[in-house]
Amino acid sequence: MSSNPHASTIVAGSQTHYTRTAVGLHWLIAALIVVALVMGWTMTDMAVSPQKLKIYNWHKWVGITVLWLAALRILWRVTHRPPDMVTMPAWQRIAAHALHGVLYLLMLAQPISGWIYSNAAGFPIVYLRLIPLPNLVAKNPQLAETWQEIHETLGLVLVIVVVLHLLAALKHAFIDKDDTMRRILRWLP
Amino acid sequence: MKRATMKRAALLVLGCAALSLVLAEDAGIDLPHSKISATFKQESVPVEAPFKKFSGHIRYDASNPAGATASIDIETGSFDLGDPSYNAEIRKQAWFDSGSYPFASFRSTSAKAISPTRFEVTGSLYIKGRSLTVTVPVTIVAAGLSTAFDGTLPVSRKAFGIGDPSWNDVIEDQVNVRFHLVNASPSN
Repeated sequence: MSSNPHASTIVAGSQTHYTRTAVGLHWLIAALIVVALVMGWTMTDMAVSPQKLKIYNWHKWVGITVLWLAALRILWRVTHRPPDMVTMPAWQRIAAHALHGVLYLLMLAQPISGWIYSNAAGFPIVYLRLIPLPNLVAKNPQLAETWQEIHETLGLVLVIVVVLHLLAALKHAFIDKDDTMRRILRWLP
Repeated sequence: MKRATMKRAALLVLGCAALSLVLAEDAGIDLPHSKISATFKQESVPVEAPFKKFSGHIRYDASNPAGATASIDIETGSFDLGDPSYNAEIRKQAWFDSGSYPFASFRSTSAKAISPTRFEVTGSLYIKGRSLTVTVPVTIVAAGLSTAFDGTLPVSRKAFGIGDPSWNDVIEDQVNVRFHLVNASPSN
């Protein structure tokens, strides 16, 4: 631990934390993903009711919000230098990058797959009851079935990836006791 | 109540028999090329779903548009939302009550020409035991050898008692019934 030069020393041009914008987006998106997953998990088994329709719509709105916030976040990520990683074995660094890459991809792919599924099932999306989004595909029951499976599978993959991401962060914080997790906890000293 | 249902069923059988006689005479509506759908709005989202089964006949003579007549019967139980649980819901008593009212129908009483390609039909719309007089503008479109009649009829769910009130803040009252009805080419 004491052999980690980046943990205590601030090298010129490097940062110890993600920018406040990146940190804000990270936690906002994280919360929305959890909400969308929980709604997606429960709403499908609900009996037909007005509440079920409402939750379906909210699920779609939350998902679309994740989509544009993730797009914003990726834009921010490529235009702002992230903080340095603490020293760790190469395989861990590669695994971390790969996991982050998959997460970014899923934050875009999962809402889009839901959007396509909804359209194929004959339901256009009207974001927050205000903004009608364009239909990505025409109504097509067979296509709807295919995209339902894709959306459910990606949802499951997303759960697994989020859990891995969380476990890795906790491992760094509590087992390695390094500054990895601190980079995204801006409000902590 | 039971007796009324039986009476209605008997009338329906008679009606169908009479209709099939009429249909044997004129070719009626070309079902595979025709379409009747209802578009409702849930949480501002327009959702269109088709009625899979309907029948009827339209008589229209370009030289006498005012003499046009239309008679359409739609099977309420054929409304397809694309999901078995929602299809079961819409057939329930609070909605179409398809068990007691298997058919919704329209019978024209008068017609009025607006232009060479448009006319207005007034008639009785019968849904779920209630009858209302409605007027619907119809556009005439050439469809191969035959003629197609296109139009949209806004229907208030409340006026016909369709839908449990608990759904009212999710599903709008107005439902647009869209039709594209093609007259079968007269057989030789």
